[in-house]
Amino acid sequence: MIYGVALLAACYLVGQTLGELLGRWLNINSNVGGVGFAMLLLILVNQWMHQRKWLTTEMEKGILFWSNLYIPVIIAMSSIQDVKAATSGGMIALLAGIIPVALCILMLPLLMRLGNKDVQKIEGEHSSISD
Amino acid sequence: MIHTLEDLLIKNGFVVALLATGLIILASSWISTALTNKKIPAAAIAIFAGLLLAYAGGVITEGKKGIADISIFSGFALLGGSMLRDFTIVSTAMGARFSEIKKAGIPGMVSLLVGISLSFFTGAILAALMGYKDAKSMATIGAGACTFIVGPVTGAAVGASSDVIAISIAAGIAKSILVTIGTPIIAKTIGLNNPKAAMIFGGLAGTTSGVAAGLAATDPQLVPYGAITATFYTGLGCLLCPSLFYILLKWMETFAST
Repeated sequence: MIYGVALLAACYLVGQTLGELLGRWLNINSNVGGVGFAMLLLILVNQWMHQRKWLTTEMEKGILFWSNLYIPVIIAMSSIQDVKAATSGGMIALLAGIIPVALCILMLPLLMRLGNKDVQKIEGEHSSISD
Repeated sequence: MIHTLEDLLIKNGFVVALLATGLIILASSWISTALTNKKIPAAAIAIFAGLLLAYAGGVITEGKKGIADISIFSGFALLGGSMLRDFTIVSTAMGARFSEIKKAGIPGMVSLLVGISLSFFTGAILAALMGYKDAKSMATIGAGACTFIVGPVTGAAVGASSDVIAISIAAGIAKSILVTIGTPIIAKTIGLNNPKAAMIFGGLAGTTSGVAAGLAATDPQLVPYGAITATFYTGLGCLLCPSLFYILLKWMETFAST
């Protein structure tokens, strides 16, 4: 089991390092997509090891343990937010926190359609090649 | 006696946090089944309960770290801190498939750019309407409408005043809470029920904690997809807001005054 946890830790650290480096390279004081890189890495390593049958169920258990702890961690996370500041930041803070994100989320169905068009286009190109 | 017990709980804060979180989830699943007939998922109730506890902690201690400012609950700072949050988010990628991510690759990237720029400029316009008409304040509040990290980073970079930075942080937190509570409510209406939609959603909403918590309450299987784009949002926001977007605002400011 510990091998699985260690593998997860390795992916996490490599991903975070990539994010740090990308942040430094872009000259900003922030980690750019470290968690995203770590996730991609874990998915790829998982697939690669799975094909070679190197990934034992014991190892998987080690990683799944942490992904089961995900919701409890998120609950703990919400309990340490500065909720009081959010409600006392005044009208402007509330409006700036609510209206922009509401507009953004309304864009979701639109962007979904854009994606589909892209896929159709690519499929169309493929079919024209085969024609 | 009570003093000894208190010392013991403080010394073992992390374990106390594990137990307390378990109890919160237990109570939430009971409420979910008994009172809402499982219509509201237990995770959503538990996350909301967490926010209420955070508010209570803030009122009792006047601190900034929610319930973790009460000493016997200080272990929550570790359990809910960024290290374990990111570590468990990464572990959820075990359930994600690379083919799904590739399918949403380009719309996912577009959603990041749309999400950041739309949040920034609507936030900046709102700031101007409310009387903060200088480019520095507009940029900082607009950045706060991205996330509560982009706001202060931008504010520090452009040299905004500290009360404006405080507003930007508050705006970011308000956004994060709104996304947490609102996601499960609107998920059905906006078609948020597949990996691709979750990735676009992560890019549009951006706040990692809000997206992660909101999707967890909607459908835990969508979490890795939303998180993977959302984790790029804050970094990209820190890149774009104090530079390109701020310059655009400044340019509009001089254009308007001449």
